[in-house]
Amino acid sequence: MSRSVLPAWTGIVLAVALTTGVAYAAGAAPAEAGTSALPWWAWPAILFFVTFALGIVAVLGGVGGGVLFVPIIGGFFPFHIDFVRGAGLLVALAGALAAGPGLLKKGLADLRLAIPVALIASTCAIVGALVGLALPTRVVQTALGASILGIVALMLVAKKSEYPEVPRADHLSTALRISGIYHEPTSGRDIDWKIHRTPLGLATFVLIGVMAGMFGLGAGWANVPVLNLMMGAPLKVSVATSKFLLSITDTSAAWIYVNNGAVLPMLVVPSIIGIMLGSIVGVRILARTKPAAIRTMVIVLLLFASVRALLKGLAIWN
Amino acid sequence: MTEDIPLAIARAAVVPMPRSRTAGARPAVAEEQLAYAELLDWGMKVGLLGLTASFAVYVSGVLPPRVPLADLPRYWSLPVKEYLAATGTHAGWSWLHLLGHGDFLNFIGIAFLSGVTIACYLAITPILFRKKDLIFGWIAIAEVVVLLLAASGLLNVGAH
Repeated sequence: MSRSVLPAWTGIVLAVALTTGVAYAAGAAPAEAGTSALPWWAWPAILFFVTFALGIVAVLGGVGGGVLFVPIIGGFFPFHIDFVRGAGLLVALAGALAAGPGLLKKGLADLRLAIPVALIASTCAIVGALVGLALPTRVVQTALGASILGIVALMLVAKKSEYPEVPRADHLSTALRISGIYHEPTSGRDIDWKIHRTPLGLATFVLIGVMAGMFGLGAGWANVPVLNLMMGAPLKVSVATSKFLLSITDTSAAWIYVNNGAVLPMLVVPSIIGIMLGSIVGVRILARTKPAAIRTMVIVLLLFASVRALLKGLAIWN
Repeated sequence: MTEDIPLAIARAAVVPMPRSRTAGARPAVAEEQLAYAELLDWGMKVGLLGLTASFAVYVSGVLPPRVPLADLPRYWSLPVKEYLAATGTHAGWSWLHLLGHGDFLNFIGIAFLSGVTIACYLAITPILFRKKDLIFGWIAIAEVVVLLLAASGLLNVGAH
């Protein structure tokens, strides 16, 4: 890692911590007070800067923006978790829509792999969104905190396989003709791939869809391990298809939030713009960073945010 | 946001590969996948541009918002049901009647972005049936039905 990069990404993480801290201090216990020490315009401005930094951190840490957005904004900003989840879904959706065309055109994301998975995940995301909006706030906060802890555990233990061994495609994937070839630019070769354990993989997307809709987290954190480790798709195909998949899963859940009034433009638009600009900057500095170190920082951020959500849900730290 | 992709690319170079062959021409991308990508690309750009423009109209006050900007901090910390009651806002597609207000103008872009995927599926369905890919054709139709159901406003949790 370049020496000059260390202060850069440490600074970004500190910036996230500092601005969220300021936000928390200014809007402490907003639900009870119903007021804020800051003028209205300060909040979207702070939100823009925090999401810009989150966009950078997400790229460098190799995670989706939604999984950082919901716990951090929900935990330290005065916005109700209902609106944060709606915004989180739209943030993840916008990112997926932006990335999708390029990934599809390059053949990295595979439409044939995505279509059956998307039908299950998007249907279940509707259920998750309806349940999430019906549950009491404290239950949602507690479940969110527990889920983020689970995601952190998954990030710590799950390994990735560039080219998982798939001795034989299963009957379902053979019948659906889910297989493909993608071009590997680093070697200049075309890689044949196929998948197995398709029924189990599809069943797992029931749970992933419900969680995506319930918490507005996006679902890349779960999509990739299932597509890669369980179903045996190559890592690049899994990552790209997962990203594209979010554009479908989050669409169904986003409509539920929109139609139930849980979308505030003042929260959504600065977040989308901030996180997308941050992602662009993040991609540019990615080559000069050490992913493992940044991933550790992301895990620490998520751990802190999850504890905050848990304590908020349990009425210990409001 | 292609955040996960560069990492994957960086990590993929040193691992032994499975069955592979030296590339001649790049592997062809399926017709329906390209059609989907083209429409998605177009829709995403229009949607994001529209959303940014409508937000500029909103915060500049060119169109008066239904909920005054200065009052927003009193409401955004409320649960959605209380927010709707306190601001006298109806959920569902009622925003279509309120497009003269800066805040509700943003819902055009939000709905557009949320609707792009439906349009993409509608675009690839005829291609799938023309190629006699009947299972995927019917899955695509089922996906359109699911997304239209979500968009319809018929599914709610009593927020009205």
